[in-house]
Amino acid sequence: MIIYGVALLSTCLVIGMLVGEYFGVLIGVQANVGGVGIAMLLLVLTCNLKQFKPLVDGLSGDGIKFWSAMYIPIVVAMAARQNVVAAVDGGLLALVAGVAAVLVSFALVPVLSKIGSHSTDVEESQEGGVS
Amino acid sequence: MGVMEVLEVTFVRNGLVVAFAVVGITVWFSYLISNKLTAGRIHGSAIAITLGLVFAYFGGLFTGGNTGVADITFLAGVGIMGGGMFRDFAIVSTAFGVHLSELKKAGLAGVVSIFAGVLVSFIVGATTAVLFGYTDPVAITTIGAGAVTYIVGPVTGAAIGASSELIALSVAAGLVKSILVMIGTPMVAKHIGLNNPQSAMVFGGLMGTTSGVAGGLAATDPKLVPYGAMTATFYTGVGCLMGPSVLFLTVNAMF
Repeated sequence: MIIYGVALLSTCLVIGMLVGEYFGVLIGVQANVGGVGIAMLLLVLTCNLKQFKPLVDGLSGDGIKFWSAMYIPIVVAMAARQNVVAAVDGGLLALVAGVAAVLVSFALVPVLSKIGSHSTDVEESQEGGVS
Repeated sequence: MGVMEVLEVTFVRNGLVVAFAVVGITVWFSYLISNKLTAGRIHGSAIAITLGLVFAYFGGLFTGGNTGVADITFLAGVGIMGGGMFRDFAIVSTAFGVHLSELKKAGLAGVVSIFAGVLVSFIVGATTAVLFGYTDPVAITTIGAGAVTYIVGPVTGAAIGASSELIALSVAAGLVKSILVMIGTPMVAKHIGLNNPQSAMVFGGLMGTTSGVAGGLAATDPKLVPYGAMTATFYTGVGCLMGPSVLFLTVNAMF
């Protein structure tokens, strides 16, 4: 049944969000800390467990795949509801700060991607320290 | 009721369904442009996301609201479809089929990248504020936090007592970042080695803006989305934690 997959996905998200909210309250932060990430981990774990096979195989799995395929259209809708006017109106300071932060972060992707790709722990900790 | 009223009432009552149709047409049109005008060189989804941003700009211009086209009455459903609930639901669904081994392999790099990402963006934003002549630690911290994400900016600003102008400025810096990540990622992907799960996790951790990472990776390679989203989701939390505490105290000690 398609709804089984959708329900599994929903349950993972709700649990993840709850944990993220509680985690935020616990450390005194006004934000959901990693709720989506925790939900994703839950989904990955359940998909790999034998007990949950009926919820992810065949038609049930299609209930999850449908939402996965809706991802890009949802992102397009998300783009269409951004406050682009405010970003443009922010002036030069906002523009420079935003653009510079992105460029520097882009440049760091290849540098940090090397962490862990070597097998020795020494190299890992060294690179971690530098960054 | 007049013809227009009937039209409006129908569109408003079926908001989310209208959004599915409107977004579907936008995506179809974008892939058409991608194939006919760019011979597939610019990905259809990249065009669709850019179109979405352009619509959002005009929507905001005409309505004076702050949620793009969602402030236009008969397109309010786009606000639901592109809102946090559906976004997170769809992001989580992309984790279906992800291999645990890939996550483990990039685990350390992912965690390091989150902290490095928050720090680097903050330093760049704060430095920009100083270069623009700000000397007040509250202002420098708030603008720096805005360069982290447009959520960390106001959360930090509110916590350390920044004025509403400063908070607006920090949100604008965060929005610029988010939009640039959406548009820029497919362009730089090849040059920064963004083509495997490991670099996608690092990318998500470094950029951190959930919307930016979601849009940027979708337009680059949908297979990378779950890995980038996984780390990005922790970034804002870490930023909100560090902004009003360590980062503000450090700036305060320096200025």
